[in-house]
Amino acid sequence: MKKLQILKKGFLDVMPLTIPVIPFGIIYGVIAIEIGLSPIVAFCMSFIIFAGSSQIAFAQLFSAGASPLVMISSVAVINSRHFLYGAVLSQYLNKLNYFWKILLGYLMTDQAFSVSLSYFKKNYKKKNAHFHMLGSGFTLWFLWQLSTLAGIILGNIVPEQLGLTFAIPLTFLSLIISELRKKDHLIVIAVSGLASLALYDFPFKIYIIVSAFLALGVSYILITKFKKILI
Amino acid sequence: MIWFWVLIAGVVTFLTRYSMITFINPKTLSKTSKEVLKYVPSAVFPAIIFPAIFLDQEGYFLNSNSPQIWGFLIAAIFGYFFNNIILTIVSGLVSFWIFTFLF
Repeated sequence: MKKLQILKKGFLDVMPLTIPVIPFGIIYGVIAIEIGLSPIVAFCMSFIIFAGSSQIAFAQLFSAGASPLVMISSVAVINSRHFLYGAVLSQYLNKLNYFWKILLGYLMTDQAFSVSLSYFKKNYKKKNAHFHMLGSGFTLWFLWQLSTLAGIILGNIVPEQLGLTFAIPLTFLSLIISELRKKDHLIVIAVSGLASLALYDFPFKIYIIVSAFLALGVSYILITKFKKILI
Repeated sequence: MIWFWVLIAGVVTFLTRYSMITFINPKTLSKTSKEVLKYVPSAVFPAIIFPAIFLDQEGYFLNSNSPQIWGFLIAAIFGYFFNNIILTIVSGLVSFWIFTFLF
């Protein structure tokens, strides 16, 4: 396939996952202005940081007068799941030059990671497979800039009753839906989900990365001890 | 001063994304590590999904009649049987709206 076709495939694959990105971006814009960030800082954060929940946490902590150390460490913890994504993607992106690694690293999001990983798994032999992540990543990046700008300038234009923020967990559900049929994945999913409920009250959204590591620990046990029974 | 900390937050975020792509050499990863890494989506995403579905903003469990719990269950059922991303999201949203506006 030509580069442009692969790029377009990335764009199309990520499209359904962008439904909640727009209301989420608007919410970020509205919150940032409400708690007193200047519009220009609020907007620039969207491409300097480019990570929704980190931006909201950063803005809230800043307005609450938290110390910079707390602000930066909470951003780091919230984003720590990217380490895992990077470790997975390194298997497909490691051979690229620095320009591509920096660009695709910057564009890495949950959604782009997930759809492009599926593509890489099926097409790892293709020379230009990485164009898929450029397509998925850039699409998300562009919509994020646009929607945060809309939130900053226009205020909340999406009616709350539509509950579009509910689409956030739904898109994440859609990303693991094909794993629900596999017993081993089902166990890992249950461990991560239940752990996240139990650990939710801990600060800095640390429950995401701790639950992920607990679940990966269980997956390690499954692989090493129970492989024959499960698969 | 806020600009400085925004920049630092940007650099930190970028490093969480970039570092593993470049510092891990896939050839040195053991077979077991590669196997474990296959579970990353199943290990990370539920930790984002479950609290968003079952807890309110203060961290208390929602009433089991909440539209979002029903929307989630229906999306999971549709997703399970049809194995389709768009159908999962749309079925969940539509049933959420039905439960919100009709009941």
